[in-house]
Amino acid sequence: MSALLPLSTTRVVRQRAHWTDRVAHGAMLVIVAGLVVFLALPLATILAKSLQNVDGGFVGLANFTSYLKTPTLLRSFVNSVSVALLVTLVAVPMAFVFAYALARSCIAGKPIFRTIALVPLLAPTLLSAISLIYWFGNQGVARGLIHALGFENIYGAPGVVVAECFYVFPHALMIIVSALALADARLYEAARALGTSRRRTFFTITLPGAKYGLISAALVCFTLVMTDFGIPKVIGGNFNMLATDVFKLVIGQQDFQRGAVVGLLLLTPAVLTFGIDWLVQRKQTAMLSARAVPYAPRPSRCFDTLMLGYVSVISALMLAMLGMAIFASLATYWPYDLAPTLKHYTLGLVDAEVGPAFINSFELAAGTAFFGTIVVFVGAYMLEKTRGMEALRPIVRMLSMLPMAVPGLVLGLGYIFFFNAPGNPLGALYQTMTLLIICTIVHFYTTGHLTAVTALKSLDAEFEAVSASLKVPFFTTFRRVTLPICTPTLVDIARYFFVNAMTTISAVVFLYSPATKTAAIAILRLDEAGEAGAAAACCVLITLASTVVTLLFMGAGAWVGRRTQAWRRPALA
Amino acid sequence: MSTDAPYLRLEGIRKSFGSFRALRDIDLTIRRGEFVCFLGPSGCGKTTLLRIIAGLETQTAGRIRQGERDISVLPPAERDYGIVFQSYALFPNLSVADNVAYGLVNRRDPKAKIAARVDELLKLVGLPASGGKFPAQLSGGQQQRIALARALATEPGLLLLDEPLSALDALERVRLRQEIRSLQQKLGVTTIMVTHDQEEALSVADRIVVMNHGVIEQVGTPMQIYRDPATPFVADFVGKINVLSGRLHPGGDLRIGNKRFACKHDTDAERDVKVYLRPEDVLARPIAAGDPNVFDGAIDKIEFLGSYCLVRVNAESIGSEPITVYLSLNYLAEEGLAVGSRLPFKVLPERMRFF
Repeated sequence: MSALLPLSTTRVVRQRAHWTDRVAHGAMLVIVAGLVVFLALPLATILAKSLQNVDGGFVGLANFTSYLKTPTLLRSFVNSVSVALLVTLVAVPMAFVFAYALARSCIAGKPIFRTIALVPLLAPTLLSAISLIYWFGNQGVARGLIHALGFENIYGAPGVVVAECFYVFPHALMIIVSALALADARLYEAARALGTSRRRTFFTITLPGAKYGLISAALVCFTLVMTDFGIPKVIGGNFNMLATDVFKLVIGQQDFQRGAVVGLLLLTPAVLTFGIDWLVQRKQTAMLSARAVPYAPRPSRCFDTLMLGYVSVISALMLAMLGMAIFASLATYWPYDLAPTLKHYTLGLVDAEVGPAFINSFELAAGTAFFGTIVVFVGAYMLEKTRGMEALRPIVRMLSMLPMAVPGLVLGLGYIFFFNAPGNPLGALYQTMTLLIICTIVHFYTTGHLTAVTALKSLDAEFEAVSASLKVPFFTTFRRVTLPICTPTLVDIARYFFVNAMTTISAVVFLYSPATKTAAIAILRLDEAGEAGAAAACCVLITLASTVVTLLFMGAGAWVGRRTQAWRRPALA
Repeated sequence: MSTDAPYLRLEGIRKSFGSFRALRDIDLTIRRGEFVCFLGPSGCGKTTLLRIIAGLETQTAGRIRQGERDISVLPPAERDYGIVFQSYALFPNLSVADNVAYGLVNRRDPKAKIAARVDELLKLVGLPASGGKFPAQLSGGQQQRIALARALATEPGLLLLDEPLSALDALERVRLRQEIRSLQQKLGVTTIMVTHDQEEALSVADRIVVMNHGVIEQVGTPMQIYRDPATPFVADFVGKINVLSGRLHPGGDLRIGNKRFACKHDTDAERDVKVYLRPEDVLARPIAAGDPNVFDGAIDKIEFLGSYCLVRVNAESIGSEPITVYLSLNYLAEEGLAVGSRLPFKVLPERMRFF
């Protein structure tokens, strides 16, 4: 038979692409092009700038050596690393105990405590810094406490460390809670059946089980603190850190070369921790089998009381932060006249033109949520569910993960270098709302991407194969099956984009113009101008807006869920 | 059912994943209307071969012809088949009727015609009036019937079934496999089913393709595969079998241990052989006095399986390896046999296979 149909043995058989495959390939190329232009190239420009002199000539590592010879800048590096380490060492164990109480004790009101602990996620990062100043600053209500503890004042390292702890706490908490939630009850039952002590169970089952979550949380905390800009700006005083240096070098002194060097210094630990985390997460995948039985904690009066006390104290501290910002924003003339007034909200915001900034913020958040969700979901779908272009897929996968390793500050820096460069045809985008939206989408791309990938992976891998066999193009299946099933996920991704766009400062601070200034940026300006009351009011408004929007999204999610997820309820059978 | 016209022809199909060779030069012809099972242990390449026929994987080398068309490099959407997966792959958010109609809607048929076709198909798979339900409201077996209806809706020339019964419980599995078989005979659709369950393959297939390590070990009817295995692998994989070491002398004179057997298998020169013998081909009755090919053995272990028992027998005269036979429960009771009992056994020489 082979003689009738001669076989080519040298060439590998390639399947012909269907026209629908070509549509998918086109979409994938657009996604790749977007990620290259708006992520890879700006980052590459930072690298290039760090190796050039002012005139663009190649100078090798001269900028790095000159940086190392500047004691003040080197000092910032040491400051950043030590603060980041200290915050990690404090915040992660605190978050672990909190998460442990939520996952493994029988205390009442868990959802409330959880919600309170996650509130900082809805606020601009510098809310905690502003509150701290009201508590412990030179005119703070409890400044005596600071003196009693032996500190001269709250400005500088102590304030930065405390404020950062509040900022990173919910991030660490979320990671550790999900790590502890992965417990298999059968392990604990086996341990009890063997008469193992609670202590030994903790050290041999609980801790190893949460190990990867703890490592991950520590890495996230370290990176967040290293690259945070808002808190050191507000409460750092003369305590310089890398993130504030970048801003001063690039915006203040227009020293792009050394700015690029500091940018790379910020990028390196982030990329390293990201790499470690990725390796660690890969090992974790096989931890929980499909047969695992969820763990249900058993009441223990002493332990539960202890845990209740702990979460109450932490929650009280969280509320104290938020509460002080609200209280201060309502005070007539701090600290002399504390009579409540709305003047900071009305006069302050109007005079300082925060009103338009709020409109900008909403525009940024809505744009990011709308376009970001579309891009992220379509990108993830193309990656997970279409065929062909195998060489391109690892690149798309890597570029989709990369934003997690890139601090917003570094991304913003790259955008300045790349889009502000003379001769760049995309230069017209610089300082426009479009670029702010694109930058924010890229900044928060990875989390959205991973959420979408997880949802898509939970769908039967053969939907597309079945569709092809029935001659139904993939985009019809995408519209009729994939999208309806994933609507709750889409709402989640949109909410994530929206809230983060409302509160973000780091990348946007490099890219805004007076016409596109956002509310979160306005806080910085108000703080610089000494308008502390208005700054606090603005923080509160952003937090309020984020909260309202989150609730709206949750409501929309529930509504959409009822309408599109009827098939999930098998009770009708 | 099947005619002699070749419908699907695989020529020199080869598939490599890096340095791993999943399929090595597979040649196979399937006739129109035939029900063929790909049978083999996991990792033998049977699913890969099915996915290559479907165009879901691309062969490294080789050609595929379906009917008059060369489909070797066609994308799945341009081939002509319906497919059913182990996971059902029903669209969970669409009603049963919408699932079945999924391929019909795309052909822009009028609504009434589609509805009539859906009703017809649901009746065909024995689930009329379930069109308004969601897949999650059906049992596994029912869902797989719907998946079957969906695959058949567009009247494909080829039906591909990828372990369609593996996710079902034992009873449902037996029921559904017979339904699939009678449906296939009724429609006359050429069908390929991948399975690792030999009983399933034996009970439904016109022909079985036994695969191992990326090659076809044997192609044949269920009876040929069972009675006349072409290789030791097939003999071992399909059904239970005893393997005895012997020496074959010219004239069909077989020596196993210190016993001599007269067999139908001749040889020119004396040689060592492996003798493959199924448990049902070793009989405990009827044995007449003076029967040849009889040996003595002692019952070592009785495994109760219901109406019959799997009995392990030590027969020192034919070697140190114990030999497995089937004895009916009634026989054991009548003769008062228990562990330790000695009795004679007769071998059916025409059923011996030599390798």
